[in-house]
Amino acid sequence: MADDPTSNGTRHRLTGWGRTTPSVATVVHPPTREDVRAAFEAAGTRGLITRGLGRAYGDAAQNGGGTVLDGTALTAIGPIDGPHATITVGGGASLEAIQRAVLRTGWSLPVLPGTRHVTIGGAIASDVHGKNHHVDGSFGAHVESFTLQPPAGDHVVVTRASDAALFEATTGGMGLTGVVLAATLRLMKVETRLMRVHSERTADLDATMRALVEADATHRYSVAWLDLASPRARGRSVVTAADHARAAEAPGVSLLDEPPSWRPTVPPVVPVNLVRSAGVQLFNAGWFRRPLPSEALVPIESYAAPLDALGAWNRLYGSRGLVQYQFALPAGEETTLRAIVEAITHAPAVPALAVLKRFGPGNGAPLSFPIEGWTLAVDFPAGDPALGAFLDTLDERVAAAGGRVYLAKDARMRPEMVPLMYPRIDEWRETQARIDPTGVLTSDLDRRLHLTAGSTRSPR
Amino acid sequence: MTDATGRPRTVLVLGGGSDIGLAITHALVARSARGVILAARDTGRLDVPATALRSAGAAVETIEFDAELVDTHEQVVAHAFERARALTGDVDIAILAFGLIDEAPILEETPASAGHVAMVNFAGVVSSGLAVAQQMAAQGYGTIVVLSSLAGQRARPSLLPYAAAKAGVDAFADGLDEALLGTGVRVMTVRPGWVRSRMTEHRRSAPFATSPERVASDVLRGLDRGARVVWSPGVMRLVGAIVHYLPRPLFRLLLGSR
Ligand SMILES: Cc1cc2nc3c(=O)[nH]c(=O)nc-3n(C[C@H](O)[C@H](O)[C@H](O)COP(=O)(O)OP(=O)(O)OC[C@H]3O[C@@H](n4cnc5c(N)ncnc54)[C@H](O)[C@@H]3O)c2cc1C
Repeated sequence: MADDPTSNGTRHRLTGWGRTTPSVATVVHPPTREDVRAAFEAAGTRGLITRGLGRAYGDAAQNGGGTVLDGTALTAIGPIDGPHATITVGGGASLEAIQRAVLRTGWSLPVLPGTRHVTIGGAIASDVHGKNHHVDGSFGAHVESFTLQPPAGDHVVVTRASDAALFEATTGGMGLTGVVLAATLRLMKVETRLMRVHSERTADLDATMRALVEADATHRYSVAWLDLASPRARGRSVVTAADHARAAEAPGVSLLDEPPSWRPTVPPVVPVNLVRSAGVQLFNAGWFRRPLPSEALVPIESYAAPLDALGAWNRLYGSRGLVQYQFALPAGEETTLRAIVEAITHAPAVPALAVLKRFGPGNGAPLSFPIEGWTLAVDFPAGDPALGAFLDTLDERVAAAGGRVYLAKDARMRPEMVPLMYPRIDEWRETQARIDPTGVLTSDLDRRLHLTAGSTRSPR
Repeated sequence: MTDATGRPRTVLVLGGGSDIGLAITHALVARSARGVILAARDTGRLDVPATALRSAGAAVETIEFDAELVDTHEQVVAHAFERARALTGDVDIAILAFGLIDEAPILEETPASAGHVAMVNFAGVVSSGLAVAQQMAAQGYGTIVVLSSLAGQRARPSLLPYAAAKAGVDAFADGLDEALLGTGVRVMTVRPGWVRSRMTEHRRSAPFATSPERVASDVLRGLDRGARVVWSPGVMRLVGAIVHYLPRPLFRLLLGSR
């Protein structure tokens, strides 16, 4: 496409991982911090948003008609500060690259989401969680400080002590407080690159929930892969619980060794658009009944991010893409969870992949997603307006129960739901407006959900 | 932004009094749209449709738009987009629904009135359509729904300025869609057959007559499919091809039989 001489960028059609809601923006690739600052100065009336590796499912890293700042050039990975157990990395460094760099010396990032192809900026902006949330909290809990380029002025180093409000508004703030140029993260010690994983099959949702509660009492990591493709599956699942393997458990396996050739058991992802519901049900019937080793030693990344083994599996959903619906419900709302799961098995689209997990307590960031209780993530093929209306009804139930939908996954929610799900949005808006008084930072997500105070102002 | 499940939020209708335009808008509001801008020459005549859309759950604003005044279109359309953003956001779908119809033996029409029909139905679509395309390209996405007609497939002498203008509209919409490649904006051309509406109430009905509501549901299905062209009803695709390729003597016979 044509170069846009005014901003030195090129126009690109962008979507999130779900490949829905495309929009065209001017994409710039600043190689240095100075160029990041200059990109703000060159941004037009449609503003600017940062994009990492585009793993948010919806429209968080898109900005139709405006500037999208690709932050993936800021990949520096500093030396490990052993005594403090920290490392300083660029905002565009991927979790995968960092893990590769630190694991060989016996360190690991303390929070790993379901894919390693996520940048540090994206991990902070969505305050991502892993399968150890019930023990270790979300990503933000392990960030000591970050360097932020706001829309105007010099970049700032932000810590909880220097500017608690900005620290928390950026954590989970969907890129709307500035560009994370770098961050200092706490690492954790590991003795091996392996996890000891216990797997267990459950017959229905109640058994799945019980198994997760039990797993969480004794294991650092846990998650359940659910079969919701038909009402008859009743929420049967495979629950896995895991811990880092001690050196003594894996004799002869050095930290320096690349993971042994090991084929991860990939969770059920099927080309739904090709085979439709009967195919998913058949596929799941096989997957959820396959022989299961009750205990295995597995590379960390294979346990944390099994879908990465499939590469661009999102393309299996065809040209209309997919919608992931991920919500959290407070502890004590098990009845609501059961009702929603029941409703999902009758959804107008076939729920293909479903993941259930328990969250530990949330943190202080106003837009951070996790709250103590349950979280369920379900993938649906997109494109059917009836699915939209159906998910609206789930939004209402989730909000009424004090829960919320994960903004990093969303591509369809209505703006009215935001203050109900994130009651501290006004506090966040205040900090956001302080750092961005003229409303330069915006995204398709922001315009759709009216997150920033400036998003409804017209023209900016 | 039209969401991941194909639900738009904000709609602009140029020709806000048009039965077909309003039927499409009602269908979009029933689905998801929450903001509607109705534009027409005589905003007073928009009161009734605006009230109906409001009771269907949409916030509605009306603005003045005269299809014949091509010099004003850039500004009027910019204003419409501004109002839309203040209401519910960027314009997801713009419907170009305005038009005049004149049915008379062409040689008895005054040249001026024939010219007016051509101005409104063709030149008005070119200028306002381009203005909408530019606004949407600047927001990086959007869909333009252009109401063409089966009549544009073969101009009948008794409907000549209208049919010739629709032929032009059809060509313009197709070319505009091509020009918009890479901007995130697309154009959908709608070719209804005979539609029972206020515009046609004094005219003789034709085979396969349809209703604005039926056209609207075909348009929504077209939007879901990402269609470039929607015939309504579907059989018009065949009728269109026939009248387009029919040798002139046979076409004359066909017209004479009605
Ligand atoms: C297969 C898969 C599994 C996943 N599993 C999990 C999971 O288990 N837990 C979980 O929490 N999430 C999960 N996610 C979601 C993913 O972790 C988040 O969406 C994450 O934000 C993506 O990071 P990214 O670098 O791709 O950012 P993008 O998707 O490009 O952007 C996401 C957000 O981050 C902002 N951003 C990006 N870079 C910067 C920067 N340098 N400075 C400021 N803001 C920035 C963007 O503006 C945007 O708002 C999963 C996604 C996939 C595809």
